[in-house]
Amino acid sequence: MVLILLLFVFVMAVFLGFELIQKVPSQLHTPLMSGSNAISGITMVGALIAAGSLEGDFGKWLGLAALILATINVVGGYMVTDRMLGMFRSKKK
Amino acid sequence: MEFFINFSYIIASVLFIFGIKMLGSADTARRGNMISAIGMLIAVVVTLLRSDLGYGWIVAGLVVGTGVGVVLAKRVQMTGMPELVALFNGFGGLASLLVGWAEFARDNDFSDSEYPVFTAFAVIFAVLVGGITFTGSLIAYLKLSGKMSGSATIFPGQKAINAIVFVAIIALGVVFAMTNAAWALYAVVFLALALGILGVIPIGGGDMPVVISFLNSFSGIAASAAGFVILNNVLIVAGSLVGASGIILTVIMCKAMNRSLWNVLFGRFGATSGKSQEVDGEMKAISPEDAFYVLEAAESVVFVPGYGMAVAQAQHAVKELGEILENNGAEVRFAIHPVAGRMPGHMNVLLAEADVPYEQLCEMDDVNAIMETVDVAIVIGANDVVNPAAVDDPSSPIYGMPIINVYQARTVFALKRGQGAGFSGLVNTLFFRDNTRMIYGDAKETVTNLVGQFKE
Repeated sequence: MVLILLLFVFVMAVFLGFELIQKVPSQLHTPLMSGSNAISGITMVGALIAAGSLEGDFGKWLGLAALILATINVVGGYMVTDRMLGMFRSKKK
Repeated sequence: MEFFINFSYIIASVLFIFGIKMLGSADTARRGNMISAIGMLIAVVVTLLRSDLGYGWIVAGLVVGTGVGVVLAKRVQMTGMPELVALFNGFGGLASLLVGWAEFARDNDFSDSEYPVFTAFAVIFAVLVGGITFTGSLIAYLKLSGKMSGSATIFPGQKAINAIVFVAIIALGVVFAMTNAAWALYAVVFLALALGILGVIPIGGGDMPVVISFLNSFSGIAASAAGFVILNNVLIVAGSLVGASGIILTVIMCKAMNRSLWNVLFGRFGATSGKSQEVDGEMKAISPEDAFYVLEAAESVVFVPGYGMAVAQAQHAVKELGEILENNGAEVRFAIHPVAGRMPGHMNVLLAEADVPYEQLCEMDDVNAIMETVDVAIVIGANDVVNPAAVDDPSSPIYGMPIINVYQARTVFALKRGQGAGFSGLVNTLFFRDNTRMIYGDAKETVTNLVGQFKE
């Protein structure tokens, strides 16, 4: 039952994702890409669980590596996107 | 506590949805990014509240990852942005691969899991998509940063090999799902990594923006698959949102180049065009001194920046020249092609960095409408996006791509480092036209030279 619920959520989220963006000015393509790239770093949550696991040695190592990579993705991704968008803003005033 | 954690995941998911939505429009983009970052923070913090976690390794991972991420994000030049995004994307993909693998490595067996076969397939899927994302993004990174040739790498039987690898992955996946044999998983890890390389090397450097966007969508799908492995709803929602919206963004980018996604991924653009085309006429050079006299008399000037401007870091010098020309009585515009540079909007970012006034930035269509009245069009390291072959040569691979019609301007100055073909390997017929003059040399030096002459 849990699985069916998750699949349901998955399908809904996919459709929502398709509808979410339609017309995007080309100057925003790069920030949008890098901003949504940071969101895909959500796998960090899975990495936290794997790295913090109290059992299994090899799995913890894999989890640690995943956590480092995902954290780089998340932290770097949001910061870089913010830097880019900050430049757009400063000139608009 | 479990209810609280899952409820917070829902809030995080809602923030991601608003974040992506707001990133799509100029006024709200920065706030949107902030909102999605808050969503991420919530998701991470509440995950730490779980009772079954040991914190030692988590702290180590967070500290190292944050440190590296901050340093990379702070140190990157605006010109190097595309390859950095590619690199981050690859890391995200590899992380999803490892999360899927780690779940299996815990006890090398799914038989006591609630959905053994489904979980095994989810692991295979996370590994497959995450692996392709990782190596594919690395190749894109290498091509964009110039550490690897930007041209398409083609060898005989390439498509057949890719197809065989793909079928082998599926077969091994089935074996893994049935038997939970570790060797089958390792083989899939290896083949997925190989497939990422094989899939991206035949794509020319000019198409890397689209490839990154596509792989960004992949990294979302990989995260979603990892979410199914550990039955975690926020991974599934956030991952599939990125997966789906990433596909839409990729298609929008392809449309800007008037090509289909299929053509970009499998069209081997940039390989067939390497053969030298015969062009009538010759390239005529002009010295910066002579160019100065022409510019001094010009009443309207259009700058067309391209990747060359990014490489030469010439944006600040260009902005200065624009100011001087304006004070000299000329009407100055910057014409920005949607796919100029190595990433869509790349030029907008650079010119914004140099504080070019917003009103001077023009979209392609607006500039093309007035191009015939323009005295001087200065092409700074742009190539394919001003190649008239896209308009008048049906045999050209870029025929039909919308371009900035600088060839209609009275005079065209093309700033270029040498006589070679552009990133896509295409000969640019613009450079052979009667109204075109080449100014060879480093773009920044040339522009600085022109600025200096105006000041004298």
